[in-house]
Amino acid sequence: MIAEPFARGKSIFHAMDPRVKILVALGFSVVMAVANRPLTLEMGSAFAVFLVLLARLNLRQVAVRLLVVNTFVAFLWIFLPFSFPGTPVFTLWGLQVTREGITACVQITVKSNAIVLASMALLSTSTVFGLVHGLHHLKVPEKLVHLFFFSFRYIHVIHMEYHKIIDAMKARGFEPDTSLKTYKAYAYLIGTLFLKSSERSKRIYQAMICRGFDGTFWVFQHFAFRKRDLAALIFMGIYVLFLAYTQWGMSR
Amino acid sequence: MITLKNISFTYPNGLKVFENMNFELHNGDRVGIVGHNGSGKTTLLHLIVGLLKPDAGDIIIFGKPRKTEKDYREVRKRVGLLFQDPEDQLFCPTVAEDVAFGPLNLRIPKDEVHRIVKRTLEEVGLSGFEDRVTYNLSGGEKKLVSLATLFAMGPEVLLLDEPTAGLDEDATKKIEEILREKADTYIVVSHLRDVLEETTDRIFKMEHGHLEAV
Repeated sequence: MIAEPFARGKSIFHAMDPRVKILVALGFSVVMAVANRPLTLEMGSAFAVFLVLLARLNLRQVAVRLLVVNTFVAFLWIFLPFSFPGTPVFTLWGLQVTREGITACVQITVKSNAIVLASMALLSTSTVFGLVHGLHHLKVPEKLVHLFFFSFRYIHVIHMEYHKIIDAMKARGFEPDTSLKTYKAYAYLIGTLFLKSSERSKRIYQAMICRGFDGTFWVFQHFAFRKRDLAALIFMGIYVLFLAYTQWGMSR
Repeated sequence: MITLKNISFTYPNGLKVFENMNFELHNGDRVGIVGHNGSGKTTLLHLIVGLLKPDAGDIIIFGKPRKTEKDYREVRKRVGLLFQDPEDQLFCPTVAEDVAFGPLNLRIPKDEVHRIVKRTLEEVGLSGFEDRVTYNLSGGEKKLVSLATLFAMGPEVLLLDEPTAGLDEDATKKIEEILREKADTYIVVSHLRDVLEETTDRIFKMEHGHLEAV
């Protein structure tokens, strides 16, 4: 399995029923993705930060993950302010920067960070198995659940095979540089990787049917829906509804 | 229990493994099969559980001819196959979930499954390993968990593909001991004669697609 560093811990979210967390994360993400009023975005971001603190995650690791997200967001900052139609604010190297462009960038940055933070606090505090079980019980179609689980499972397999091959290459003195030789070696590596992964996935599937697998994942260690899960669902649910209200219900 | 009659098998790439091969396994038989790499040992085991289908010949298991995927589904519930590489066999995050996977597929009630998990882990000497992360186990422990996943289904026959490959002396001894004490009908396949002499009563040599008693 891939290391799930956030899944081990002792916060209130680690003990929570994954179904509650999936529902809240989904509701929150939808509201935040659609919202555009500053008040909603501010309160949503505050909520996300609060959740991360409550989940007692390692803040350094959180920062590293946010950095990955914001690398993608940075690309929007390069193009959007110049290409968005609207009122020009100033000119940079002969290109007009619009007020609407900057607003859009700020909004996207805030939204994506808030959604990722909330997902980290809510979803990564469960193991992937927990989430898969949760989705299963929320009546998400079985095919989608399997797709999710096996993508996760095989990313790990491919990752492991990659390390095996690259170690074997290094052991034979492979040093990557900018040459046709290196590119060719990498091409071989990727080719072998696909072959090996596909072979291995076949064997894993064979091992599964040998143990009577017929398409249904039966849940062994079951989570129970307790009173405090209900309380958490109500509290967080009300907050998300309130966020929706600040966006669509309140008059400007 | 298992009869293979005049089996021929050729891989899609043209590699011919068996031609008119015969094999029989009775209740209580402990059979070892030795052979070089690529002699068809694994292929034989995969034919028995229907992961591969023969080009010609009959496979009769538990008194019934087995041809279709549906026939083999029943076979797989009663015949446990230990894969060469435990990484192929174990795929759940925790040991308990992996051991429970088979029994749950057999629709055994959950509290019964809990008892089975505890009992089988005891049998392979891994009591208290329930919540350990499979990924972090040693090679020997992984092999023992793989064996436990088979025991949990209460198989009548075990097929063991190189059960001690890559294990150190202690782990090898442990596996041999468990086989001698906890299982009574099985086929062990290995390229190492020693392991077979420790665990089986009859040894066959696989060569040129045929089995010959040693």
